[in-house]
Amino acid sequence: MSLEAWMRLTLFIAVLVALGWPLGAYLANVAAGKNPGVARWLAPLERGIYRIGGVDSAREMTWKQYALALLAFQLVGVLVLYALQRLQGSLPFNPAGFAGTTPDLAFDTAISFVTNTNWQSYGGETTMSHFVQAVGLGVQNFVSAATGIAVFFALARGFQRASAATLGNFWADMVRSTVHVLLPLSVVLALALVSQGVVQTLAPAATVQLLEPTTDSAGAPVSEQTLALGPVASQVAIKQLGTNGGGFFNVNSAHPFENPTPLSNYLELLAILLLPVAACSAFGRMAVDRRQGRALLATMILIFVPLTALAIGAEERGNPKLTALGADQFASEQQSGGNLEGKEVRFGAFESALWSTATTAASNGSVNSMHDSYTPLGGLAPMVLMQLGEVVFGGVGSGLYGLVLFALVAVFLAGLMVGRTPEYLGKKIERFEVQMASLGILAPCFAVLVGTALAVSTSVGRASIQDPGVHGFSEVLYAFSSAGNNNGSAFAGLNANVPFYNVALGFAMLIARYLVALPVIAIAGTLAAKKKTPESAGTLPTHGALFVGLLVGVVLLVGALTFLPSLAIGPIVEHLQMIAGGGA
Amino acid sequence: MFTLLSAALRVLLALSLLCGIVYPALVLGLAQLAFPVQANGSLIERDGRAVGSRLIGQPFHSSRYFWSRPSATGVHAYDARASSGSNLGPTSPALLDAVAGRVRDLRASVSSEAPVPVDLVTTSASGLDPHISPAAALLQVERVATARGLAPERVRALVLDHVEPRTIGLLGEARVNVLELDLALDELR
Repeated sequence: MSLEAWMRLTLFIAVLVALGWPLGAYLANVAAGKNPGVARWLAPLERGIYRIGGVDSAREMTWKQYALALLAFQLVGVLVLYALQRLQGSLPFNPAGFAGTTPDLAFDTAISFVTNTNWQSYGGETTMSHFVQAVGLGVQNFVSAATGIAVFFALARGFQRASAATLGNFWADMVRSTVHVLLPLSVVLALALVSQGVVQTLAPAATVQLLEPTTDSAGAPVSEQTLALGPVASQVAIKQLGTNGGGFFNVNSAHPFENPTPLSNYLELLAILLLPVAACSAFGRMAVDRRQGRALLATMILIFVPLTALAIGAEERGNPKLTALGADQFASEQQSGGNLEGKEVRFGAFESALWSTATTAASNGSVNSMHDSYTPLGGLAPMVLMQLGEVVFGGVGSGLYGLVLFALVAVFLAGLMVGRTPEYLGKKIERFEVQMASLGILAPCFAVLVGTALAVSTSVGRASIQDPGVHGFSEVLYAFSSAGNNNGSAFAGLNANVPFYNVALGFAMLIARYLVALPVIAIAGTLAAKKKTPESAGTLPTHGALFVGLLVGVVLLVGALTFLPSLAIGPIVEHLQMIAGGGA
Repeated sequence: MFTLLSAALRVLLALSLLCGIVYPALVLGLAQLAFPVQANGSLIERDGRAVGSRLIGQPFHSSRYFWSRPSATGVHAYDARASSGSNLGPTSPALLDAVAGRVRDLRASVSSEAPVPVDLVTTSASGLDPHISPAAALLQVERVATARGLAPERVRALVLDHVEPRTIGLLGEARVNVLELDLALDELR
């Protein structure tokens, strides 16, 4: 990676932390039921939602009640979203007249948006009406993220409370996260994006005269260009802030109407990682020791930076096969250079590759370039970031609680080494917690590897592969890494809108979301019931460099042991083929 | 169980109203008030007619115009109804064949065997990329000037006029908007 790229990356992380860290204080206040700043003005909205729902937001819930409320809300969410898509043809705000989607696509998309994955098997502007985009998908963009924040709040309370039977109220946590956090941030970001050129209109399209007429693939003359439009800015803002990633258009944030300028790109990039950073800061404050949040953030950055450097370096160097054909990929005053297949000139290699790792480190999954066309190592970095379990920043709320599962395993390992009962944030970590943490860590790995194996060993799975050779395997591995960790980005050459992938990826997304969230709520419940253990000379400090190193090691070790063989078959072999000048 | 599901449904309904209708409508209203041009697609008008969007590229073929990047959209290049990248992998034979063909055509158009700027021989992510690199524009100056019977220095100056640098020197990459450049070219006398 070039020196200039290092400086730009350092600046980006500095700006990100400067914005996200203070936001954590606000988040912690929202969790505590206080209404700071703008939240005071929004409180009537919050109360109105409780009244319509007929829920008592002050009632404390046990971990089982909390989990049950969450599951009920998600089940209803899936059913409603499924119905909206199937009935699309008879619903309003459908200017292009799209018919209802197929059952398997509706199933896949409903699960995808409710689980905060936002995997898209379809092209937005050619499939979904404005109504389904806003009222179906857009709403889940908010509440699926808010559900992640709620589970994170419950876990933090498990550490906060002692000898307690309850974890707070799911409805309050979810509604407050939506109304006081996601909504105001989204309004501000949406308007900033419109100022840059992101469209926000109810018109389906605009038609313009081409300056020079052209011909279509059948040789017929084309003299006009039809520009798909829609209420895009409002959806893009929440898709980034809520680590959702589902775009309005097929090419997501590479589309000039979703991401028109370098400034809109920077704002969207910051928005992707903003709340995951704030969650670290909020967790530290809620656990009454800010240094603990700092240690978790340091862990994330320490894993993020080298993988980002790998991706940026690989994309800046470009594709030697294109050099051999006569393409100039060197950066100069006159061009940014690098591997530009599937990238936009305004973003170039640096901001495309930075986005690719930010969007996969966070469980966002939106793209501003086509990952399928990355060099093998450039594509490996995002794949690894997903396979690490979406704990490097991760989803809003879910990244933080995922990393805490790894922290529990880390203190457990340290405890084994010195022969003491492990403790984390003043709580004894015992058999049940470690079992649940292991379940939460291994379930997504299972979904990725079993899903990939199933797909490449069946003809129906192989039929959707676009590229020949090992790259085709990478397309499938990427798809299951993405769904099996609730990310949502894709090697889009794979034709995933077929019943096999819609169903298989749907189940992978369910496993990744609920076999992590439910163990976390259970851990929170048992932790809350425990007494606080006073710190002693034998307590492993979990805020220092030693623990950060241990935690980084555990995350990388689990990831490497699980996925290295599959990465060797895919991107690593392809890299060797590319630099050796061998065939595909 | 039934009470729980009914509560869940009603909370979802209330939130759908707020996040699915009020929120986009609020953004719509504010956007149309404060940024009417941007909110409707940043259209460029000439003599009262929309001739394009400054954010969406158009295809150009004749020697008289600067060419945009290759596009992988479906029915025709720069089809803004259905955005799409090629999604071809880096070692894909289809990609390498396509790039080889584009390099050949481009070299023929400038009668030079020098390496050509990579953006002119690769498809963009959206298939609608409105920009090319300054290098890609400068490469075409000679050809456009000859086809139009203009002095190359004038065309070159026009290109340099249309180079947009990085935002505050840090964000994005230097680029040239092809449609805006070609519209300006038509106004050169």
